Amino acid sequence: MKLFGRYILFLQQMITQREPFKVYVKLVTDECYKIGVGSVFIFVLVSTFMGAVTAVQTAYNLISPFIPDYVISLVTRDMAILELAPTVMGIVFAGKVGSNLASELGTMRITEQVDAIEVMGINSVSYLVLPKVIASLIVYPLLVILAAGLMIYGGYVAGILSEVITKEEYVYGLRADFLEFNVTFGLIKSVVFAFLISSISSFWGFYTQGGALEVGQASTKAVTTSCIAILTADYLLAQLLLT
Amino acid sequence: MIKFDNIVKSFNGKPILKGIDGEFEKGKVNQIIGASGTGKSVLIKCIVGLITPDEGDVFYNDRNFFRSDRQERKNIRREIGMLFQGSALFDSKTVEENVRFPLDLLTKMTAEEKLDRVNFCLERVHLENSNSKMPSELSGGMKKRVGIARAIVMNSNYLFCDEPNSGLDPGTSITIDNLIKEITDEFETTTVVVTHDMNSVVEIGDNIIFLYKGEKLWQGDKSNIMEADCKELEDFMMSSKLVREARASWKG
Repeated sequence: MKLFGRYILFLQQMITQREPFKVYVKLVTDECYKIGVGSVFIFVLVSTFMGAVTAVQTAYNLISPFIPDYVISLVTRDMAILELAPTVMGIVFAGKVGSNLASELGTMRITEQVDAIEVMGINSVSYLVLPKVIASLIVYPLLVILAAGLMIYGGYVAGILSEVITKEEYVYGLRADFLEFNVTFGLIKSVVFAFLISSISSFWGFYTQGGALEVGQASTKAVTTSCIAILTADYLLAQLLLT
Repeated sequence: MIKFDNIVKSFNGKPILKGIDGEFEKGKVNQIIGASGTGKSVLIKCIVGLITPDEGDVFYNDRNFFRSDRQERKNIRREIGMLFQGSALFDSKTVEENVRFPLDLLTKMTAEEKLDRVNFCLERVHLENSNSKMPSELSGGMKKRVGIARAIVMNSNYLFCDEPNSGLDPGTSITIDNLIKEITDEFETTTVVVTHDMNSVVEIGDNIIFLYKGEKLWQGDKSNIMEADCKELEDFMMSSKLVREARASWKG
């Protein structure tokens, strides 16, 4: 509870006593580039294969002749939009970006760079953390959209190559029983997860004390805590918005 | 002038500073000396407000730092320049960007004015033409000098240096000491240096506070430190062979 209270105070400090708006424009742009471009390769790779595997395994499980083949693409689509792209890729994002944020801030802390900013009369939490959080809020939903598209495409390629579904059936399945709200729900999740991953990882990094060992520990804590937060929020959001 | 009264600080119930009083004068090099673990760095961090003391007050020209509102504290901090033990330069920024950093955030100067000011400060620390170097390309002494340039770029009234000589060879240490002394004289700053380098103490110490196990045991200057009547200070000084020999020759 004490740790949670400290996290809340950290968030409060991040959004109060800010520097002028123009200071953040360049910082946010730089962070968007670092977080976004740096994550594209891993997102492309993981999401394409995940979509392919989803399509093949769904086909493998469809043993009843009464279930049409287009269900394969329907399941791949809904899995990608509802769960795989926002949530599973969130765990990948926590591993890639969360650990990076924690180790960057942790190193700045132990080398007194954070103190150097603080002693100049600048709110170090707001200056260092807010741009990372805003950049994540901008970039992660875009990465999720990319991942969902690639998952569906990966499923298409795998389905055609393994001859479990025809092109026409796959496209038909993508259009069948489509609920627009699923996209909205997936994007809501992506925004919530982006906030949780960036703020929790920054929190662990910012309060690192000690040396290189502690920076490594902060990085590990950032990833594990972010994953727990993602899964908990995933369940709560599903309960709140889908039932 | 900086004045501090009854500074008390404990960590996890262990007392580190036990009610320290003192005064740092303008235009002088004020030093806090003592062996490792006596609370020197904690004291300097309490004075600049990086650590909040459990008890006590710090006054910057009669402005009580810990009893000031947020804006006043910010104003006081903007008069402070600090050189950290490890220099604390931003790894991802060049020398010029490091020195320009406070100007970018805290002033409305034009790009040209900022560049002039940065170049002036870099020249002042004898680092002309190093603008585009990265911190990883600099030696320990050069990093310290960039740290000093960044600390004075805002025309600071107060200059704090946390162990400016640590990790430097004796020659470079003397250069840094001389630089700190010159800057103090030239800009009339209230300079506070934390050190355990006795060479630095006898060279530039205008006002010296000796800490021992979290308490202030002695205060004086470089002219009377050799005749100080304080056993703990004597033990601290005599741990240096150089000082032992100097004292022997001084006593004749």
